Amino acid sequence: MHTLHFIVLCPFLFALFVPLLYKYLTPRVHTGWFVLLVPITLFLYLLRFVPRISEGNNLLRSVPWMPSFNFDFTLYLDGLGLIFGLLITGIGALVILYSIYYMSKHTEALHNFYVYLLLFMGAMLGVVFSDNILLLYVFWELTSISSFLLIAYWYQRERSRYGAQKSMMITIFGGLSMLAGFIMLSMITGTYSIRDMISHVGDITSDSLFIPAMILILLGAFTKSAQFPFSIWLPGAMEAPTPISAYLHSATMVKAGIYLVARFTPVFGGEAEWFWLVSGIGLVTLLYGSLNAVKQTDLKALLAYSTISQLGLIMSLFGVGSAALYFTGSDESSVYAVAVLAAVFHLINHSTFKGALFMVVGIIDHETGTRDIRKLGGLMQIMPVSFTLALIGAFSMAGLPPFNGFLSKEMFFTAMLDASKMSIFNMDTLGALFPAVAWVASVFTFIYCLVLVFKTFRGKYKPERLDKKPHEAPLGMLIPPIVLASLVVGIFFFPNALSKYFLQPASHAVLPGLPENVFAKKISAWHGFNPELIMTVGVVLFGILLYRSRKSWVGLLRRYPEPLTLNSFYALGLERGEEGSRFLTEKYMTGSIRDYIVYTFGFLTLLAGGALLVSNRLSFSSVNNAPITLFEGAIAVALLTASFAVLFAKTRMASIIALGGIGYLVSILFVIFRAPDLALTQMVIETVTTVLFLLCYYHLPKFPKAAGRMPFKPLNLIISLGVGATVTLFALASNGNRMFEPISSYYKNSYELAGAKNIVNAILVDFRGIDTMMEISVLSIAALGVFTLIKLNLDRGGKNEETK
Amino acid sequence: METMLSILVGVLFTIGTYLLLSGNLLRIIFGTSILSHAVNLLILTMGGLKTGAPPLLGLGRSTFTDPLPQALILTAIVINFATTALFLVLSYRAYKVLGTDDTQLMRGNENE
Repeated sequence: MHTLHFIVLCPFLFALFVPLLYKYLTPRVHTGWFVLLVPITLFLYLLRFVPRISEGNNLLRSVPWMPSFNFDFTLYLDGLGLIFGLLITGIGALVILYSIYYMSKHTEALHNFYVYLLLFMGAMLGVVFSDNILLLYVFWELTSISSFLLIAYWYQRERSRYGAQKSMMITIFGGLSMLAGFIMLSMITGTYSIRDMISHVGDITSDSLFIPAMILILLGAFTKSAQFPFSIWLPGAMEAPTPISAYLHSATMVKAGIYLVARFTPVFGGEAEWFWLVSGIGLVTLLYGSLNAVKQTDLKALLAYSTISQLGLIMSLFGVGSAALYFTGSDESSVYAVAVLAAVFHLINHSTFKGALFMVVGIIDHETGTRDIRKLGGLMQIMPVSFTLALIGAFSMAGLPPFNGFLSKEMFFTAMLDASKMSIFNMDTLGALFPAVAWVASVFTFIYCLVLVFKTFRGKYKPERLDKKPHEAPLGMLIPPIVLASLVVGIFFFPNALSKYFLQPASHAVLPGLPENVFAKKISAWHGFNPELIMTVGVVLFGILLYRSRKSWVGLLRRYPEPLTLNSFYALGLERGEEGSRFLTEKYMTGSIRDYIVYTFGFLTLLAGGALLVSNRLSFSSVNNAPITLFEGAIAVALLTASFAVLFAKTRMASIIALGGIGYLVSILFVIFRAPDLALTQMVIETVTTVLFLLCYYHLPKFPKAAGRMPFKPLNLIISLGVGATVTLFALASNGNRMFEPISSYYKNSYELAGAKNIVNAILVDFRGIDTMMEISVLSIAALGVFTLIKLNLDRGGKNEETK
Repeated sequence: METMLSILVGVLFTIGTYLLLSGNLLRIIFGTSILSHAVNLLILTMGGLKTGAPPLLGLGRSTFTDPLPQALILTAIVINFATTALFLVLSYRAYKVLGTDDTQLMRGNENE
């Protein structure tokens, strides 16, 4: 065990104590104060690693878990993992501080809340530190489960449960595909370690499982990071308490997919499929999210769609950056490596400003009782601090100076412009789309950022529409967004410190083959008059223009037909799936025993008979056959007659007699075939059975009166003939193919070995005595069963008879 | 002889299956009885027929019919008897409680 393991396991261990703390100390102390210790400790602890990681001293620690499966608890700390670890613990600490003021200790089930939150935090740390892909998968599903629990925290509400179920379905679907992809990867490489895979990249790309593994793993990443078309769960997840939305659905869990893409870029990157899937889906998501965000009236929904859009942006940057691996060794690789730097940079920036924005929205919700833009307005004078925070966050998201979003947005434009000049992967024809989509999406991003700030804080104050009288939030609730907002501004002014200690090591982890100095690019706010700046100015101008005329065109967006949205496709898919499976089940599970017998015998005939015909083993030989005498032939004819009599008898009595006849004829056959014991037993048993039938005669149900003879059903006849034919064919075929001598010659020694002259009896009680013992048990159990069935008279049965 | 018995067994199987499919409780029991006769005969046929004396050492003969299938059939006969008796009483009981012997009507439970 190393402290790295402790970091991952600490939240899980602490979660064990949360219920105790809650039980004994509530309502004196808010449970959150204790929980707050965990992320703060871990954050400070992780900070200690920053200098050594930035020098390239990565950390690898392993503890055996299932050594015989090569499945070890292997943790790996490099630049990429460290950034995520710091985001998870840092924003985790702020969110817990925020939740202390947001969640009432008198009315909320805080123990559930913090247990789920700690589970999530531990799982997320596990995801970003795992080197073993199976371990990664374990933690990955733990984040899905804890996120499910957190979304449905207010489980009394139907919408919470629906949102939780939807996110569960989609993320688990992705998780399972990812598992399949992981298994394929480990089949290709023979290892579970991501680092070992990266060192054997050459073998991977040439394998036939390469493309399936890539697509399956990307499915996992896209579902988790709410990429198009799997983005629908994220707006539904907004039913969670706001601290959860801020933490899971803006800063951490949705970035797990991004992390996965970044982590596997060295494995899959440099291939055209990876480039197009990641950057293409990212750009589509970017546009889709920003278009949808503009028309939302609920603040959290707006932020949800903006998160989707920003995740698409980061995803597309990682896609473009993967092209650098194609050019490994040449100068061109440094051009695309900048995209990865921008992706990591925007990832950090997005976590800061989106976290702050969610917290501000939570404050608005908390203080006014609504999140509906149509009811809000004119809050600037009442909530000046929240207004400032919202302004900083939103303008950073819009990509304006002097906020960190500006820097990463500029780098995003640079990367997209570079991508359009790319000469590989068919980019010469479609490359121009990249900057165009990026620019249009940025205009819409600008618009919804303006909506977020100005529709909420400016305009007319409408106190009659609000449930509460609004006032500024308590200080404790404001501190976390203040910290995040100061980071937003701070990163703008000192981006290069961040770059040196965090961005460069992380980018190096994403593109390990490249020399270190490609990432040592100075990030500066002023980079001269270039296309990027012109694009930004265009975004602002068009954005303001469109915002002014918003009323005239936003209706067009809202007119998009409801049945064609992804949500209704999802709902329809679920509904059809349920209907279809019910229909199918009701179709064949009829509840009629006859149908099930038809299936059983039908399959027997088709499979066994079919296999016999297909395998060409039908060879008959009658060499060893005994001759047929007249007497035996007559008995066979009598047997057939008796059995047809059972079939066609009109009364029960006739059937019983015919059945007895069959039994006696069989015992005569036993006599002919030199089996005296069998003949004796058969005779006695047949007599007793017939007596039994006759004893029950008066109690037995009569044959249906309408037609004494059995109604004829062609299907029954076909099935029966099939079974008979199959059995006959098998008997004939096996009779003609005797493989080796029977072992029965051994039993000739029964006198010497067992002291018996009757060989059959010696077999029954001596050589194979256990059979006989069990047969006696069967008889006893049957006797007890018969006795019970006759004697036992449960109340329920009695009642039934009365009601009839 | 073996060929004839194989065909006979096939016919017995056909009749037994047809009775099983009839949907009438009593006929289903008749069907299982016929099926079990067919199976016993099949085992005996597969063991080879009339290749020697009955498997009794006291007769002083050197070749016997195969004793092992006979032992197996003996066990099967007894077990078959036990299950037939149980089924018979079960159908009697089902008829008493449910008032029908048509399996088409015997589905589901009263909670449905």
